[in-house]
Amino acid sequence: MYADKRSREFYILAIFFGLFVLFLYGPLSAILILSFQGPNGGLTFPLNGVSLRWFANLLETQAVGDFGGSFRRSLMLGIMVMLVTVAVSLLAGLAFRRKFLGATVLFYLSVASLVVPSIIISLGIGVVFQQFGIQPAWYSSAFGAHLTWTLPFGVLIMFAVFNRFSPSYEEAARDLGATSWQTFRYVVLPMIAPSLIGVGLFGFTLSYDEFARTLMTAGTYNTLPLEIYGMTTNVTTPVLYALGTVTTVFSFLVIAGTLGLIIAMNRHRSKG
Amino acid sequence: MTTVRFIGVGEPKPKRSLRLPLKLVSYIQATPLTLILGAFLLLPLLMIVTVSFWDYDFAQMYPDFVTFNYTETLGSWVTWKTYLNTLKFAFLVWAITLFIGFWVAYFLAFHIRTAAMQMVLFLVCTVPFLTSNIIRMISWIPVLGRNGLINSGLIHAGLVSEPVEWLLYSDFAVVLAMVHLYTLFMVTPIFNTLMRIDKSLVEAARDAGASSVQVLTNVILPLAKPGMAIGTIFVVTLVMADFSTVQVMSGGQSASVALMMKNQMSLLQYPAAAANAVVLLVLVLLMVAGILRIVDIRKEL
Repeated sequence: MYADKRSREFYILAIFFGLFVLFLYGPLSAILILSFQGPNGGLTFPLNGVSLRWFANLLETQAVGDFGGSFRRSLMLGIMVMLVTVAVSLLAGLAFRRKFLGATVLFYLSVASLVVPSIIISLGIGVVFQQFGIQPAWYSSAFGAHLTWTLPFGVLIMFAVFNRFSPSYEEAARDLGATSWQTFRYVVLPMIAPSLIGVGLFGFTLSYDEFARTLMTAGTYNTLPLEIYGMTTNVTTPVLYALGTVTTVFSFLVIAGTLGLIIAMNRHRSKG
Repeated sequence: MTTVRFIGVGEPKPKRSLRLPLKLVSYIQATPLTLILGAFLLLPLLMIVTVSFWDYDFAQMYPDFVTFNYTETLGSWVTWKTYLNTLKFAFLVWAITLFIGFWVAYFLAFHIRTAAMQMVLFLVCTVPFLTSNIIRMISWIPVLGRNGLINSGLIHAGLVSEPVEWLLYSDFAVVLAMVHLYTLFMVTPIFNTLMRIDKSLVEAARDAGASSVQVLTNVILPLAKPGMAIGTIFVVTLVMADFSTVQVMSGGQSASVALMMKNQMSLLQYPAAAANAVVLLVLVLLMVAGILRIVDIRKEL
């Protein structure tokens, strides 16, 4: 649509975009480098030698915090939230394809779930559990708190997906004699599978990194973000950066794996 | 599609065994979402409203109907200053993320020619937002700190003789970190609306003699408004709810409403925190309702 020669606007915006990417990744790479700080190094540059001491520290000390346990809890919680988010969003997305009483209310309730400040949800769930005499725990109260954050994203994504989904595929399948379950299983599901994986990725990463909603709802055992949040106030060694590097690399691996899966599925589909 | 329908109409309907009415299917499909949001959103909100009228002491709360939680909160000069401070953060972060978000989305949508490249660059912007907020926040400390990268760079270059103190643990650091954390919530909705603009509109404007500035202000900007509105909802609500960025990046020197709530919660003053929550919630919902008058979310998805 533009002339072949790049305009001056392009170069200015390209530089702007480059600076934005630097702004996004620059600080992250700073802690990545500093996590290899030498044994006597501090929280800032310059590097005082290079060592793996802080990563080792992460594995050994139990005095600063329980990283292994909190990581396992966050991982489990993330997987639980992911599975429920995918299933519930898919069902809600299917429901929203038809008009039903209360559809608008439910839709705006989902939007509300997105805009209500997370600390308010955290406080509310904490008080509800307290008043009902139930002990809050990461797998019950924090699980529900995380769902109020991941479900709206999932529902809105599925809403958008089904907005663009032509019913003619299902009509064709039905005309060929497929039952409604077969239509769903062999026609609809394969077509929306990449979006569902995307919803799953959102569900997992949003839960894995969430802490404002976990603050009042985690109960006795901390999740990893709470552990890190606690460390920001009382840890003054690069072990903080080592932990940051480990969780960030883990997040990157999850994202890369998911994207690889989506690309492979798309390739498979366009071949077959 | 039409032919398919015509064939279907003439044939006798195939017999189906145990077929649920479609209406009922919709209700069953919507049930899990309704139950979860009912239990973990509506019930807690109702509880907060209730508790905000309760009495309390240092140990526990007592069911009651008192209004001093509100009068104490709203009657205090500190509260008003904190609200003003939070609104100031919201406005600054909103203005900056809108500026950055629009130009990044515009560059991706109109200057990148292949869809594959667009996707790759968009993912480059997205990936950091899927990693931990706290880690991204503390990653500014070695950059902005007294002995941080910027200060040592400035001193090395001879521009300043003493480290610049206001880079970290200041309002500047809070706004910078919030922009860093929340810009994607502006980029994504704007990118989404820009991608849906029919490119022939732009061509028509050019053929009619519009300059690129005119195309931008008369064609693209008006059509990008819904995306900007949705991005605004995200950014404003996230900033209004923020306590961790304010706490970590200001080093305890600045306050926000959510941080005030969090401090009350750690002192077990739940009814006071609840009253604050109700005020904050009403404020946020009013802001969102105002923005929703401009944009119909259901149409934009």
